[in-house]
Amino acid sequence: MIGVYHYLILSAIIFSIGTFGVLTRKNAIVIFMCIELMLNSVNLTFIALSRHLQNMDGQIFVFFVMTVAAAEAAVGLALMIAFYRNRESIDTDDFNMLKW
Amino acid sequence: MLSILFYLFATVAIFSAFYVTKARSPVNSALCLVTTFICFAVLYIMLDAPFMAAIQIMVYAGAIMVLIIFVIMLLNLGTAIKKRYTHALVWGGGVSVLMLFITNVFIRRGEMSGKVGDVTTQTIHNYGHTELIGKAMFTEFLLPFEIASILLLVAIVGAVILSKREV
Repeated sequence: MIGVYHYLILSAIIFSIGTFGVLTRKNAIVIFMCIELMLNSVNLTFIALSRHLQNMDGQIFVFFVMTVAAAEAAVGLALMIAFYRNRESIDTDDFNMLKW
Repeated sequence: MLSILFYLFATVAIFSAFYVTKARSPVNSALCLVTTFICFAVLYIMLDAPFMAAIQIMVYAGAIMVLIIFVIMLLNLGTAIKKRYTHALVWGGGVSVLMLFITNVFIRRGEMSGKVGDVTTQTIHNYGHTELIGKAMFTEFLLPFEIASILLLVAIVGAVILSKREV
């Protein structure tokens, strides 16, 4: 029988994979996608615990996480386009304009 | 039957999530991310949350992925040149494995506590999942709902200003 622990372990694994991607990749869009992966694994935790505790609050939280993710996608991708217009690249090694 | 389905979709989700981090071309990463999102939607249905599965498909696999793929095509990104980032791989792998280990320890040792509500599977089948969520959102969580609308407005204005000609 599949309990809540299975879902928690699965979301821990996906969260670690997302962290791995954020720390190792150089392409800003791939880093962005890995952040979406981490947000999704947190959503899975929320829904699994919401079912376990028979409470609706976790699913409302998932709704707000999705709102924040949508806002982040809009602003983040606009930032990437603005950066690409200046530098012709979205490699994170080129993000050094604020470096002294 | 249910456990076979769970293991199948969990395996597919883990492997496609790993391929998101390893794929050379960003378009391949995006397609694998869509696979992961769909597996998560199936898991949400198995957790008695069909409305969340529908939102997952529409918002994540629909809207956000279209935005990402649109930007990838707009910027005309090629495949990454294979460079060796051994330091990054070692440190990133170490940190993520350590994080996995720590979360596993906490999940195994921890005790789940919290306010137990009265929304059972039977209640969801009687009333419908969407109705329960709507009731909770427009009574108990009305203020956060309104704040979320302001957040979306700010995001729209920010995106428009950032994509204008001169930043």
